[in-house]
Amino acid sequence: MTAPSRPAPGKPRTYAFPDSDRRTLANGLTIITAPLPRLPAVTVLAIADAGAETDPAGRAGLAAITARALAEGTRHRSGDALADAFERLGGELETDAGWTRAECGTTVLSARLEPTLRLLTEVLREPAFAEGDVTRLREERLAELLQIEAEPRELADDQFARIAFGQGNRYAEPVAGSTPTVSALTTADVAAHFERRYLPRNITLIMAGDIDGATTAGLAESMCGLWDPGSYVPLPGVGDAARATRAVHIVHRADAPQTEIRVGHSSVPRNDPDFHAITVMNAILGGLFNSRINLNLRERHAFTYGAFSSFDWRRQGSLFEVSTAVRSDVTAAALTEILGEIDRIIEAEVSDSELSLARDYLTGVFPIRFETTAAIASAIAIQESFGLDPAYYDEYRERIAAVSAADVRRVAERILDPSRLQILAVGDPEMIRGPINALDLGDVHEIVGKEQPTSTVAG
Amino acid sequence: MRLPIVTHRLANGLRVVISEDHTAPIAAVNLWYHVGSANERLDRTGFAHLFEHMLFQGSEHVDANEHFEAVQRAGGTLNGSTWLERTNYYETVPSNQLALALWLEADRMGRLLPALTQQKLDTQRDVVKNERRWSVDNQPYGTWWEKLPALCFPPEHPFHHSLIGSMDDLTAATLEDVAEFFATYYSPDNAVLTVVGDVNEAETMALVEEYFGGFPARRARPPLRDTVVPEVFGEWRRDLVPDDVVVPRLFLAFRSPVFGSPRYHVASICGAILGTGKGSRLYRKLVRDQQVATAATAYTFDLSKGSDLLILDVTARPGVSAQRLEAAVAQEVDVLQRGGVSEAEVERAVALVTTEFVVSMQSAQSRADKLSQYATYLGSPEILNEQVERFAAVTAAQVTEFAAKYLGPDNRASLLYVPRQVEVKAA
Repeated sequence: MTAPSRPAPGKPRTYAFPDSDRRTLANGLTIITAPLPRLPAVTVLAIADAGAETDPAGRAGLAAITARALAEGTRHRSGDALADAFERLGGELETDAGWTRAECGTTVLSARLEPTLRLLTEVLREPAFAEGDVTRLREERLAELLQIEAEPRELADDQFARIAFGQGNRYAEPVAGSTPTVSALTTADVAAHFERRYLPRNITLIMAGDIDGATTAGLAESMCGLWDPGSYVPLPGVGDAARATRAVHIVHRADAPQTEIRVGHSSVPRNDPDFHAITVMNAILGGLFNSRINLNLRERHAFTYGAFSSFDWRRQGSLFEVSTAVRSDVTAAALTEILGEIDRIIEAEVSDSELSLARDYLTGVFPIRFETTAAIASAIAIQESFGLDPAYYDEYRERIAAVSAADVRRVAERILDPSRLQILAVGDPEMIRGPINALDLGDVHEIVGKEQPTSTVAG
Repeated sequence: MRLPIVTHRLANGLRVVISEDHTAPIAAVNLWYHVGSANERLDRTGFAHLFEHMLFQGSEHVDANEHFEAVQRAGGTLNGSTWLERTNYYETVPSNQLALALWLEADRMGRLLPALTQQKLDTQRDVVKNERRWSVDNQPYGTWWEKLPALCFPPEHPFHHSLIGSMDDLTAATLEDVAEFFATYYSPDNAVLTVVGDVNEAETMALVEEYFGGFPARRARPPLRDTVVPEVFGEWRRDLVPDDVVVPRLFLAFRSPVFGSPRYHVASICGAILGTGKGSRLYRKLVRDQQVATAATAYTFDLSKGSDLLILDVTARPGVSAQRLEAAVAQEVDVLQRGGVSEAEVERAVALVTTEFVVSMQSAQSRADKLSQYATYLGSPEILNEQVERFAAVTAAQVTEFAAKYLGPDNRASLLYVPRQVEVKAA
């Protein structure tokens, strides 16, 4: 039997990012509606310019605990009653802060939009911030931090941010704060942060799903239009401290069967003019399964289950990092391969095949990224909070398709800086110290975990 | 909400499910093979999953890792996963690339063996060992998903042993094992192929016939070892696990009616009453009121034979002992088991489960995966369209009856993690 030959693609059908309507009320609050008549669901997402980037100096974690405390009750109902009210409508209220925005929202069947919106505006307007709830959230964050000490991936992420950004930069501390900063947060801090940041002009209410745009926008306006605009305080800077020279950091985890590796440095903010070229460059370096780094470390050397690179974008910077977990005995060999791949993408142009793979993937997968109401609301939230061009999603694919091999090389040279790379290995020091030292990559700092979870001591 | 569903069966036994949805130019291809870790030989634990990795190593007309590259070059996403009773492979692609996704799946269903080499097996064996280190051995509580089935099912039961497998068994796997497993389980009559999205039924079926129609149905497959177990444990089983963790965590499992049975929906609603959302009983009592826990959830394994497991997963606050955590969880379970639930609680749970279901149908791939699941386990993908009604039909009386029978002290298995140093001190 002869096998059928590999088929060619058919004629592509066009796709456009969903249309939305954006209006700003007299008090500054923005309402965005995106009708998607498909399944009977709607995502309601309020975002506020109240992310961790707005934490006052020394108060890392305030934005996160404030956002989380929004779910703990209003002047009209306790936290239990509030959760119950949302959940009887079929939606779990989710509130949290990232670097660039705080989010508060849920997804419900579209028939339940009006009562859901009414509850959500109550949360945004009349939070209770009871002492007991704030205390409990603080304790829960401290518990989370304790657990991170025992979890190698999160420990690596946490330590790597400190190393890449350096003391004094907000990005060096976790979004939700660290033990000393969180311990000091008070209910009064939370209330003050809310008053300062959750002003109508800092809030955008996004509704995406099976809705009538005009009716829904009118409904939202009737609920939010009379909110007091308040007085605006400009955004603080995050600080610009960053490590200047390459160094190695070994975090001790005695007897760990794998080493968690992070290699990277601080980098440019989200609104960098080369964003699209950087995206293509990263896809080739370590963003895709068939990227250079994953094929090298996983498929060629079988060092790992997976190895990837990424840019974690924020408003005032980003974190470029290569991330993997490898067998302890190949830690140094894996570092050599990672550093080699970073050098290689700076030193020579990528091949036509690599370039077309990255471009075709990023443009082709575009509609698949926006199948759900939550994904579309989230995409709109990103556009709003980073102040991206209104045509950003309409132009995304043509801008990706226009990236050339020369562009990739140019941004790799501009963005990646081998002399500034920070190299972190969380693993068994007895196994990995010698081979890493032998690589002679720079100063080696050893970090002994401050809260060792076990009584085991490396001998 | 009723979704269009049509089914076909090729002469070689391949079942095909199609659900058209033209709202976006996307097509999801999802292939379930009715084989999982339950079908493994006891000296080859982890083999079904290792085999899944081998299916990405190329076939007669596809090079190693080219499957990934071809789908991503087409603008698609893809992966595969292994579970106790099934292995799935899936691609989501722009709809004009449907033929490519089907052709790639067909090449590896019918023509895997010509591409097999010892080097590919050795590499994937090492990748899987690293996956084991990453997800089990170097993760706090990471052993739970092999310890809990081991506690809940007797030795040699198909669900007892580790899905990711032991290092020794992975080391022992040979190319002959791969060929044998392929010949036994990877045949069209042991698979369901689901296609969802911007596709045309007739055109899709023509492609499926062309690509898959020539593969023969294979020989009869060996039956699973006996899956039948008593409906309840008949005791309270306990496994105390000292681990490199900072706070205790309890996995409390109950034997529960199998996936797809009438009482499966009742069990799901009972689980949601206990552990879904901040309005759930465990969250209200243990996280908010008593403050002995920081997280509490409930879920099922969705096993379709023998017995399913309903699991409560509760993490202690620092300073709360494992014994106190277990006692607090047990007390809430006792209250529910003896006192039942209210209509209001059922309404909350049904509303949450319904939204979750409708939301999951937004994604072509998750819709396809559900259709494959119903077709594989229950023989009827159309059951998808009954889910909302079935959840809505659950009554407080049914949940109360379920709880009385299944949540008692004679049907519990506690997998309780404790910080290792505490255990050392106590010794």
